Amino acid sequence: MARALVNVPKTARQGEVVEIKAMIAHPMETGYRIGPNGSNIPRDIIRRFACTYNGEEVFSADLHPAVSANPFIAFTLVATTSGTIDFTWTDDAGKIQTASAMITVN
Amino acid sequence: MREDPLRVHGGLVGRRQFLRAGMTGLLVISLPRWAVARPSLDEAIRTFTGGADVLDGRLRLDLPPLVENGNAVGITVAAESPMTEEDHVRRIAVFNEKNPEANVAVFHLGPRSGRAIVSTRIRLATSQVVVAVAEMSDGSFWSSRASAIVTLAACIEDLS
Repeated sequence: MARALVNVPKTARQGEVVEIKAMIAHPMETGYRIGPNGSNIPRDIIRRFACTYNGEEVFSADLHPAVSANPFIAFTLVATTSGTIDFTWTDDAGKIQTASAMITVN
Repeated sequence: MREDPLRVHGGLVGRRQFLRAGMTGLLVISLPRWAVARPSLDEAIRTFTGGADVLDGRLRLDLPPLVENGNAVGITVAAESPMTEEDHVRRIAVFNEKNPEANVAVFHLGPRSGRAIVSTRIRLATSQVVVAVAEMSDGSFWSSRASAIVTLAACIEDLS
């Protein structure tokens, strides 16, 4: 679908609050714009973003057309154990794009 | 009695009334589709809270007061919360006043978030008020509002 970019610190101390940044290349077409042929450009947006930490969902977001193209979301997580942080973006058509990052907690 | 071509099923529709009805109809048709369909800011917030009281405070919405490009406006929402199992922010929602749709985004947080702070980039169709509402784990709602002046609008521009 598109290129996704995530920023997760490689290492963290146990219990440390780390900042996570996630961005995906997506037009987030609102459905309100009128194309060169005079008709509305159909809506095509990322509806849902979710972040799982070792398989458990720790953050998610429901997005609407008012979120900018190439949606960027920054949030925080508590580093509990070493493992993978997975990201999923779901669009209007139900297509899913994923990205993942490893974190080492010591 | 005078013959009236507009007499309908016993009810008499006067000429003025008829014209007024027609003009109202035209006005409704000529408005953009979203201007009629969109719920107001308060209605959208009520849908989110389920009618519960929304208090001011415990939440801070950062929005630039002067926005050059409404297509990407960076916002940060931060709530005062210890983010423990007993006391944390469950959801943070962002609403706008004058875009074609009132909702912007809803973020789901929990004790594993560590801190209740979220940043993203949003679209603003015109100068308006943006409101953030947070739902705490005890079921209370807190809000923060900020307004921005937008010089280049987003969402409804034509492609040509």
